Amino acid sequence: MTERYDVLVVGAGPAGLAAAQAAASHGRRVGVIDAQARPGGQFWRHDIAKAPTRAAQAAITAIDRVELLAGHTVIASEGQTLRTESAHGAHDLEYGALVLATGARELLLPFPGWTLPGVTGAGGLQALVKQGWPIAGKRVVVAGSGPLLLAAADSLRAHGAQVLGIYEQASARALAAFTAQLWRWPARAMQALSLRTRLAGVPYRSGSHVRAAFGDDTLEAIEITGPHGVRRVACDHLAVGYGLVPDTGLPRLLGCALQDNARHPGVRVDAFGHTSVANVFAAGEACGIGGLAVARIEGAIAGHAAAGDDASAAALLPRRTRARRFSGLLACSFALDPRLHALATPQTVVCRCEDVPLGALDDFSDTRAARLASRCGMGACQGRICGSALAELGRFMPATGRRPPLFPARLDSLAASAGDRSLTTDC
Amino acid sequence: MSDGLIHLRVNGQPVAVPEGTNVAAAVARVSTGFRRSVHGEPRAPLCGMGACFECRVRVDGHANVRACMTPARAGMQVQTDD
Repeated sequence: MTERYDVLVVGAGPAGLAAAQAAASHGRRVGVIDAQARPGGQFWRHDIAKAPTRAAQAAITAIDRVELLAGHTVIASEGQTLRTESAHGAHDLEYGALVLATGARELLLPFPGWTLPGVTGAGGLQALVKQGWPIAGKRVVVAGSGPLLLAAADSLRAHGAQVLGIYEQASARALAAFTAQLWRWPARAMQALSLRTRLAGVPYRSGSHVRAAFGDDTLEAIEITGPHGVRRVACDHLAVGYGLVPDTGLPRLLGCALQDNARHPGVRVDAFGHTSVANVFAAGEACGIGGLAVARIEGAIAGHAAAGDDASAAALLPRRTRARRFSGLLACSFALDPRLHALATPQTVVCRCEDVPLGALDDFSDTRAARLASRCGMGACQGRICGSALAELGRFMPATGRRPPLFPARLDSLAASAGDRSLTTDC
Repeated sequence: MSDGLIHLRVNGQPVAVPEGTNVAAAVARVSTGFRRSVHGEPRAPLCGMGACFECRVRVDGHANVRACMTPARAGMQVQTDD
């Protein structure tokens, strides 16, 4: 059965919730799809041990007139209809306008030992812990790059982890320059200050990265390279992430053009959030990493524009410009050290789904040829992890198009469209 | 049960977790490995948000369920690939 929405929003994080609220304020029928069981996205992910923040609570209760389709994964698209899969089967959702607020994923880079149980993303372990992952008393090292490391360490500590240290790859100089600029975004400055205060006593080291992880069937120790040499640290968990990259899987499936000349391109949009595809808008991290303020303001702009009220959208544009300036500061302050691109050896598995070592890709310059010969990127995650990693390593160009199903789906979810090739190709 | 916990089984072992816990957190109480890679290496959750598929397990007979995306429910039977 097909449900029809005036405005359909994909993603119930800060951008998607703002878009839904804005669109619903014009009396439109609005639906919000999210793959997670609860709204909030990654930034406002529900923590089983903690009440939601006031901002999260407010954003979630503000969509009381919106239909929330939680636990729905988008698997395919045809015309102005998305097919989703939930625990109850397949659903077809038709839209007048679509807002893509698909957010970001963590950039995870290969290094020797990164496939050991106990090695996770930094935001990854934070998300797991918020949903009950047993961390109390565990020795955890947080590493990688960006402001997310502090937020992750804070959550881990709140759940009882023993955080041994935070290792940021950016140099002390880059961090000092970042801090010197931060006063221009007072909310961000306050947030950073309060995190640093709460994390007093946890060593924070710049110019440092994890070069290898060791263990038999599970993580036992890591090696950290820093300004003063290499050091081995015994730990139970390594939470390592190199910042965020836009999640453009669905936008690419819909044919939305991406930004040019970017290693991890976001969706190309104009000031109102129009993508290159008619009636399809995008907002927030999917259009380039900018943080919470950008997501909320762009979500509201796209929501108004999707509901046909360009005047309300235009009124918010100056705030968007200001918020987006923070994206540039983040990108240059936490630019990755080229040494990180050389951590994986030819034997290091890069495609975790198919166990393809980096060396197996050496003879290929073309993504398609490499995939066909090595099966790299052909497994369950469909290249979500290795694709971004290889783009960061400069091995292959970032993907542009996308074929369905967007996520592995049950055959009966796809079968309802048997005979329609656009929905069944490649499954 | 009236203890406010969700009771399920992971690899046949009883596990009790608070409301709001996902299957990944329930499995972690019993096993460090979630699945075996194509070459037999143990694997466990990596991304925590449904992208990497390293946490997939069998839930009530359904294979390839992402443990990190699935709320724990009373009576669930979860099986890792260890």
